[in-house]
Amino acid sequence: MVTTRPRGPVRTLWAGMSGQRAELAGAGVLGAIASASAVALLGTSAWLIATAAEMPPVLTLTVAAVMVRFLALSRALFRYGERLVGHDAAFRGLTELRVTVYRNLERLAPSGLAAFGRGDLLARLVADVDAALDLPLRVILPWLQAVLVAGVTVAFLGWLLPGAGVAVGVLSVVALAAVPWLVARTARSAEERMAPARAELSATVVRAFDATPEIAAFGSQGTATARVAAIDDGLTRLNARESFALGFGGGIGVLVQGAAVVAAIVVAVPAVTAGTIEPVWLAVVALLPLALFDVLAGLPASALAYQRLRGSAVRIQEIELTPSPVVPPAHPQPLPDAFSGLRLHRVAAGWTADVDTVSGLDLDIQPGQRVAVVGPSGSGKSTLAAVLMGFLPYRGSMLLSGVEARATDGDDLRRVVGLLAQQAHIFDTTVADNVRIGDPHASDADLARALGAAQLDAWVASLPEGTDTTVGSFGIGVSGGERQRIALARLLLADRPVVVLDEPTEHLDGPTADALMATLDVALADRTVVLITHRLIGLEGFDRIVELGAGRIVAQGTHDELVARDGWYAQQWRLESERQDMAALLPTLPIGRGAPGPVVT
Amino acid sequence: MKPLDPRLLRYARSTRGFMAVAVVLGVLTAILVIIQARLLSDVIVRVTSEGATWAEVRDVVVLIATVFAGRALLLWLSEVAAVRASAKAKQQLREAAVEHVLALGPAGPGATAPGETAALVTRGVDALDGYYARYLPQLVLAVIVPVAVLLTVLGQDLLSTVIIAVTLPLIPVFMALIGMYTKSRVDRQWRTLAVLSGHFLDLVSGLPTLVVFGRAKTQVAAIRAIGDRYRSTTMGVLRVSFLSSLALELLATLSVALVAVSVGLRLAEGQITYPVALFVLLLAPEAYLPLRLVGQHFHAAAEGLGAADRVFTILETPVPTGGDVRLAPGPVAIVVDDLVVSYPERSTPALAGVTFTAVPGTVTAIVGGSGGGKSTLLNAILGFVPSTSGRVGVRVDDAPAVDITSLDLASWRARIAWLPQRAHLPAADLGATPSVADAVRLRGADVSDADLWQALTDAGIADEVRALPAGLETRLAEDGSGLSVGQLQRLCLARALLTPADVVLLDEPTAALDPASEAAVAAAVARLAARGATVIVVAHRPALVDIAHQLVRLEPAADAGASSIHAGPGQVAEVVEGW
Repeated sequence: MVTTRPRGPVRTLWAGMSGQRAELAGAGVLGAIASASAVALLGTSAWLIATAAEMPPVLTLTVAAVMVRFLALSRALFRYGERLVGHDAAFRGLTELRVTVYRNLERLAPSGLAAFGRGDLLARLVADVDAALDLPLRVILPWLQAVLVAGVTVAFLGWLLPGAGVAVGVLSVVALAAVPWLVARTARSAEERMAPARAELSATVVRAFDATPEIAAFGSQGTATARVAAIDDGLTRLNARESFALGFGGGIGVLVQGAAVVAAIVVAVPAVTAGTIEPVWLAVVALLPLALFDVLAGLPASALAYQRLRGSAVRIQEIELTPSPVVPPAHPQPLPDAFSGLRLHRVAAGWTADVDTVSGLDLDIQPGQRVAVVGPSGSGKSTLAAVLMGFLPYRGSMLLSGVEARATDGDDLRRVVGLLAQQAHIFDTTVADNVRIGDPHASDADLARALGAAQLDAWVASLPEGTDTTVGSFGIGVSGGERQRIALARLLLADRPVVVLDEPTEHLDGPTADALMATLDVALADRTVVLITHRLIGLEGFDRIVELGAGRIVAQGTHDELVARDGWYAQQWRLESERQDMAALLPTLPIGRGAPGPVVT
Repeated sequence: MKPLDPRLLRYARSTRGFMAVAVVLGVLTAILVIIQARLLSDVIVRVTSEGATWAEVRDVVVLIATVFAGRALLLWLSEVAAVRASAKAKQQLREAAVEHVLALGPAGPGATAPGETAALVTRGVDALDGYYARYLPQLVLAVIVPVAVLLTVLGQDLLSTVIIAVTLPLIPVFMALIGMYTKSRVDRQWRTLAVLSGHFLDLVSGLPTLVVFGRAKTQVAAIRAIGDRYRSTTMGVLRVSFLSSLALELLATLSVALVAVSVGLRLAEGQITYPVALFVLLLAPEAYLPLRLVGQHFHAAAEGLGAADRVFTILETPVPTGGDVRLAPGPVAIVVDDLVVSYPERSTPALAGVTFTAVPGTVTAIVGGSGGGKSTLLNAILGFVPSTSGRVGVRVDDAPAVDITSLDLASWRARIAWLPQRAHLPAADLGATPSVADAVRLRGADVSDADLWQALTDAGIADEVRALPAGLETRLAEDGSGLSVGQLQRLCLARALLTPADVVLLDEPTAALDPASEAAVAAAVARLAARGATVIVVAHRPALVDIAHQLVRLEPAADAGASSIHAGPGQVAEVVEGW
């Protein structure tokens, strides 16, 4: 069952769970002893009674009587041992699998993850990986012990009465292999659709919850619930089909059990009449198959569990098979300790292999320079940032301190180039831990400095437990502004010589944004800065402004040069400065005053 | 986690039919098992002690085969009935939960912990399979079958009946004791599981950040650590539950062994007959089996019960339903009167005494620093967060203002177009990849293409939509990839503009826009007001302040003492009262 396909998805899953094989084999043996005790218990009891019927001296029964009690004990105790050892091994394997899956996702992050939506990721990581627990517990262990017990029982029957051994042996093979195979086959189409249906259900629910504000406001709860109900209906139908298969398998299992009992009787009765075996053994030969096939009765369920796993395994394997967006070099070239400049020559790149979002980029950034990249939405600013961060493969040449970027290790590159992203992620942990992602070994003083530089000190002071306050989904809410500033503190703590700022003031209000830009000026004064922005105010002091348009560099120069050129930059800048003058008035308004605004007609 | 939670039984009611069928099939199976034991002992005794030949017992063996065939059929049918029974109950519970979570809105668990809540209503509810499909029917069987077996044994041998009758009741007593002990542990396990699931989603969503700081690889240790904690917590629960199975199994098998040895010895002394002894031996385990299965199924259902408890906690959270007042049609003025909103987890109120009135045909701009409660104010107007004191009232024409808590909230929200700060673009049917047109039409599916294009033009996104490979029919990826944040934001804005509404609430509509697009949006917002809508816009940038008739400046309570503004009805743009 486990070996249906070489390198099949379940194999891959099993490989991902690695280790714990010995522990699992131990559990299998313990379980086999427990099951064998159950079979032997009925056999010994039957022998005891059949012998007692001949009214021998009571003393001859003592051994059997003790054995019956002993087997009753060992059956329960070994089962307990099997469960403890088996579950422990399975949970260890589960952790390994989580690590394996995470490593694969990490390999794809961030640009290769776009293909997997968030809801789907949840389903993949939690449901599929959790489902893998069934592989050791519900597939491998039951099957392993069933084989062992069947082997021992059949051997014993064969020694007692070869004909019965052969008959029960053949029927055991049917119960061990043919019945589970039949169940798996019948349930297969249902199961193959079940995993995606469950994932779709999960994805739909996450999508609905993500859009809770919209759904509540637009009154579309009904549609959302109906959608969930429709997917659930499909799942129910698949469930019904699956239960049909399972019931069918179980039924066939009982038929096989009946056949084994009847076959044993058919072989044994003439043997008793012929005197080949003593009459007391008839009860044993007739009843042992009954107990044996009770043990084998669980196999259809385990075939179903296998089939159910397969769907999850296929989807886990899919992640494994997705190629990395950026192929790391086999022999990465080390970067010099000191940053000595960044030079792009005819760089072209895009998010999919066949479409270039930017092309023909020539850019030369000297240490300590501050360069702004501006341009309308969709002009390729974020693509350029991704290339600078080593997230995207590129054509052309990008020399970082004289070393071709694609020949270096991505992590090395990012030890030189840091990023403040548009929507930074805040983890479900404390403020301190969130900032320490920048540098896990930073001292408390460094941490406080970074928080101060990000203008977070007042906010942190207002928190119930200061920097030890938990933020994220299990902690307190964080506003868009605070979120961005935590990310900034993180970046400052990381202390990278080159810093890419991707729209850092995106979600901050005007005055705070200005203050933050001023702080950035100070905090990053000795660093090389690439600021990506559509906010054109405050770029006067930059060494160079690069204007992107439709994926190409339209113009570059200082603020004065670009204004003199009178292109897109100059027009946008004038528009924005007029508004800026207006906005400057805003903070002078006292709180609590309404003020007339000019109405656009 | 009660063995018979009335709340869970309520959902079982709809599946009574299937449950009854499952029980009847179980009873029939028990009868066949008793007959099978009788027939088997019959054959063995006749051949062994009476020297019967194959020909003499052949008919009985054929009967045995028939009994097995009957059991096979019953097993098949009961499997189908059980799964049907649970599927329906689960489905109803799940739908109720999803509906309730959505109704709780942006302040509820769906918005604050989407991952955890989604795991709960999907996998958590699925875990109830064991409860509905196995545990409940088995509970009924556990009462009927042992009594039937006991009565059969009573007709054969009194002493065996006594042994079984004395040991049998110990099993439910044991189970109850152990169950009480396991409860708290299972609750804790579910919590750990939820945190783990949240942790995983958190790590995966944060992967880009981790990669930037070269910290992605080191998280493997964290996954291991959390996995270990998960394992030890789960093993803690399982150890108790395995120990309880051990106790029950020991009790049952030792009792059977006791019966076997007792009948064996009495048989040797001639106190009972061979057929009786063999029949009792085969029957004794059948008396314990149903009870042991109850225990087994209950443990299998335990995770589901832990989850069910949490689902019911959500279901029992009251939804701010409001009243049943429906506003008359017409322009709506919003009267915010000394509104205070506090969140239990924050020491300072999010809004501390805000007063202003927004009248139809005007734009009110909400300005101020981060954390001033701007989004909270919009949530309060939408009826998502209850006021701690003060009120939000609405007024149509000269009628007296109505407190929104007495409004029918669904009909009130139907009068509002809203752009949340972090907007999403779900399709009306929550399809995975909605087309641009579907996503923008969220509420009004019958909006004409002309109106749709007008809204896209107003939101400054029309040209970009035209440039998309399939135009309006272009499919959006689930996370909006393929569009920039700015484009996504403008599509959401188009959606808000397209929604026919008397009240328009926009939370930072120009956050992701360049100045030219921003000016276009501002003009569109001004047009909405000119057409008679009451527009309230959270503004971070000057363009929207320019078009405002009234400004409401909110600052964090800690900075400003209280966030408040006073502007009386009909006195737009006039200072009524400073402070």
